[in-house]
Amino acid sequence: METLFFLIVSLVAIISAILVVTCRNPINSALSLILTFFCLATYYVMLDAPFLAAVQVMVYAGAIMVLIVFTIMLLNIRVNASKSQSHKIVLGSVIGFFTLLNTAVIVFKSRVALPNGPLTGDIIKQQGHTELIGREMFTTFLLPFEITSILLLVAIVGAVILAKKKI
Amino acid sequence: MTASSVDIALFAAKVGLVFFVILTLAAYLVFAERRILAWVQDRKGPNRVGPFGLLQPLADLIKLLTKEDFLPSAADKWLFYLAPAMAAIPAIMIFAVIPFGAPLTVAGHAVPLVVADLNIGLLFFLALSSIAVYGVAIGGWASNSKYSLLGGIRGLAQLISYELSMGLSLVPIVMLARSFSLTEIVDAQRTIPFIIYQPLAFIIFLISITAECKRIPFDLPEAEGELVAGFHTEYSGMRFGLFFVGEYINIIVLGGLATTLFLGGWHGPLLPPVIWFTLKTLAFAFFFIWMRGTLPRLRYDQLMHLGWKVLTPLALMNILVTAWWLMLKNHM
Repeated sequence: METLFFLIVSLVAIISAILVVTCRNPINSALSLILTFFCLATYYVMLDAPFLAAVQVMVYAGAIMVLIVFTIMLLNIRVNASKSQSHKIVLGSVIGFFTLLNTAVIVFKSRVALPNGPLTGDIIKQQGHTELIGREMFTTFLLPFEITSILLLVAIVGAVILAKKKI
Repeated sequence: MTASSVDIALFAAKVGLVFFVILTLAAYLVFAERRILAWVQDRKGPNRVGPFGLLQPLADLIKLLTKEDFLPSAADKWLFYLAPAMAAIPAIMIFAVIPFGAPLTVAGHAVPLVVADLNIGLLFFLALSSIAVYGVAIGGWASNSKYSLLGGIRGLAQLISYELSMGLSLVPIVMLARSFSLTEIVDAQRTIPFIIYQPLAFIIFLISITAECKRIPFDLPEAEGELVAGFHTEYSGMRFGLFFVGEYINIIVLGGLATTLFLGGWHGPLLPPVIWFTLKTLAFAFFFIWMRGTLPRLRYDQLMHLGWKVLTPLALMNILVTAWWLMLKNHM
């Protein structure tokens, strides 16, 4: 049952991911990307990570894609496919082939699964996925977390300075 | 019948009942809004169909269903057809995580009066509300008309501005309840509702949800004086009806959510829990209608200013103060 569900979600994920690059209309591409993000969120739910699933939808399908759709609508880009695209297809397939090769080598030749840590599925269910993430983020990974937030703050200040002529 | 099939039947009955009640309430909210606005403005309002005009929603429904469904010639056909559903479905899905009554026991089976008690209920709401705007944006874009496009862009910009303050205003609630689950948030308010501890968060949340369901004074995406009808200018028949009823579903759902988060949900003396929940939710709906009859529409830059420069910093400060207070309380 779960395998069947996984296969259906994967099918939707792959088709929508292909549609992102093949759609001529930028809004359709953006909507396909949103659908792909939803499929990823579904995977997170299936992996007992509901918090990550919610964040995936909120940040990627919500905030980031809203900005992209906003930009497309503000510039009012309609269908745009008059130029020949053949050179891109050749280059794209070469890059795609090597990426696939790389992934295949990683999956089949090396050990993907790391040694088991202290967190098993039972412990996650018992203590709660959100609680575990929160505790780790504010104890073990406090410094990286704070550095990331400072990085974001710098980016915000930079954006304001770039956009504003008179401060 | 086995035990699990009884559970499934009870669950299906619950989902069906919730659907029916919300859709009926949304239809009658339209009627209530017209009557209350008429009362505010010293008019009579719709009072001809049935006793006191009570059958008006039914007449409106028949009219909308039998109207011709136009497709503008330059529109993007699929997106144009899809957009009304994209606006209405997330709105009704949010209600899945709202607990609307104390758990019942039917024939020896415990029935929690919430469709899905997710442990990330609050995040589920935030995630869905952030994608609910696509219906407005896509509808405005697919119509291929100036007014619709402007309405759609305004809808997107408004959402980005108010999503942030709404999410931040809910952080203190999570800190107090120590859970994202709405059932546990209601349980934490058994004695004192969170509005007592968090009046500022409540006000920020109330303003943000008004912007979220595009009501006056934040109805910039529609703004009939400037944009004809904004994002749904080109829609007719039941597709327009879906946008319209989606807005009222949103009012009910967000009112229910405000009840759950700040007013103690279904807790209350004397009356049964479901009645308390309904009364509190309808009070919010009345407040929204009252506001529409009272306030003028904000200008676009005022709306942006309020969201980014007033509500968001206030919400951040509220988080800090709440954190200090909780820390002091734990160390005393």
